Amino acid sequence: MRGPIRRWPLAAGLAATAALLVAACLRLPHFGGDRHPYGDRAVRTALLQRTANTVSSVNFDQRALDTLGEESILFAAVLGTVVLLRQTRDEHRVAPQPAPVPPPLRRYGTLALPVALLIGLYVIAHGQLSPGGGFQGGVVVATALHLLYVAVDYRALERIRPVGPYELADGVGEAAYVLLGAAGLLAGSAYLANTLPHGTFNTMASGGTVPLLNAAVGMEVASGVVVLLAHFLGQALEIVGEEGERT
Amino acid sequence: MTVLPYLVAVWIFLIGVYGMATSRNLVHAVGCLAVTQSSTYVLLLAVGYRRGATAPVFSDIPVGTPVVDPVVQALALTDVVVGATVTALLLALVVQTDKRHGTVDPDELTELKG
Amino acid sequence: MGDALDDALLAAGLLLVAAAATAAALCRDPARQAVLLSLLGLGLALLFTVLQAPDVGLSQLAVGSAVTPLMLLLTVRKVRRRKRHE
Repeated sequence: MRGPIRRWPLAAGLAATAALLVAACLRLPHFGGDRHPYGDRAVRTALLQRTANTVSSVNFDQRALDTLGEESILFAAVLGTVVLLRQTRDEHRVAPQPAPVPPPLRRYGTLALPVALLIGLYVIAHGQLSPGGGFQGGVVVATALHLLYVAVDYRALERIRPVGPYELADGVGEAAYVLLGAAGLLAGSAYLANTLPHGTFNTMASGGTVPLLNAAVGMEVASGVVVLLAHFLGQALEIVGEEGERT
Repeated sequence: MTVLPYLVAVWIFLIGVYGMATSRNLVHAVGCLAVTQSSTYVLLLAVGYRRGATAPVFSDIPVGTPVVDPVVQALALTDVVVGATVTALLLALVVQTDKRHGTVDPDELTELKG
Repeated sequence: MGDALDDALLAAGLLLVAAAATAAALCRDPARQAVLLSLLGLGLALLFTVLQAPDVGLSQLAVGSAVTPLMLLLTVRKVRRRKRHE
């Protein structure tokens, strides 16, 4: 099935899908409308739970079980990637040569790294107050660490990034979320119920379990992304198959 | 303007699917999947938008201010990050395919299976 | 007045995103596609901010413009390197 033979079914399928989707769009409530029944209820509940960032309240309180599912997908995807990209017996590692880095870039990198790291941690810690949380902050923390690769070199990155502990941290983050959920059961309520005192609105200690779950997710996402990038970098820069033999 | 955002989401979805179906390189196909995926975010956030409202964060606005729908934002937000890890899994599969078969062209792979 | 400005920003964001998505899907070279995808990620982050979704914008900015394109580029490099070795 090549070329034009394949084009026709594709064109027909796309045209039919387009027609259906456009018809559906025309009957959706108009863009920017004022009726958001779910949103209004979610906002009301978030304010009752004293969580200023209602998005975090939806993610880590009202729909916390849903987030557990999402997190498990993330965990499984990281696990699968680690298994697929591991070094096999017929492959070996060749350490990449250090490349000279222009001094301005080096200065910029060493300056930007701690700042970016701090921003990431801040974003995780303030998830219940301002836009942010474990998912976003975790990615920022993970990418911040990789500034070291840009600014210094690959070996410097490898020194601060032993993959083992990060793989462990990934699992610990996931486990912490599951256990925090069980705390709701112990408190005599439902799984992942927000049983902690809700605290004072718009302060660090507000939202009950939301900041704790945020921290667990932040840990998992940050270490998960570090592990993923470590394996891709390893495959692209270091691991080679046996010479002259298809691996 | 009443349906334009929805139509943009539809367009992104269709162009992504077209790119995937006509792709001659699995790495490229995974990239197109990422494009297709982003259409869902545009659609979700467009559905939740409320004209003249602000972001659903009450740390610096008085309670009672009209805000946009936080539910769809929560859905999109987690998927952005989870989607990236699934992309990583697919790319790992591509690397494995390349190791096993020495090609990442879907057509050549079909011929190999014969 | 505010509404007109909002509409203009939204329309600009939507068109930018649609154009970047089209370019990324139609570009046949995976390495160049990765660069276009990071452009798409940036456009989406802007659009989400205009749509009053800073939470989603933040995560899209970090993931869409950095992590995903980087993984794509590394995969391209791995596949090319193997081709050279054979």
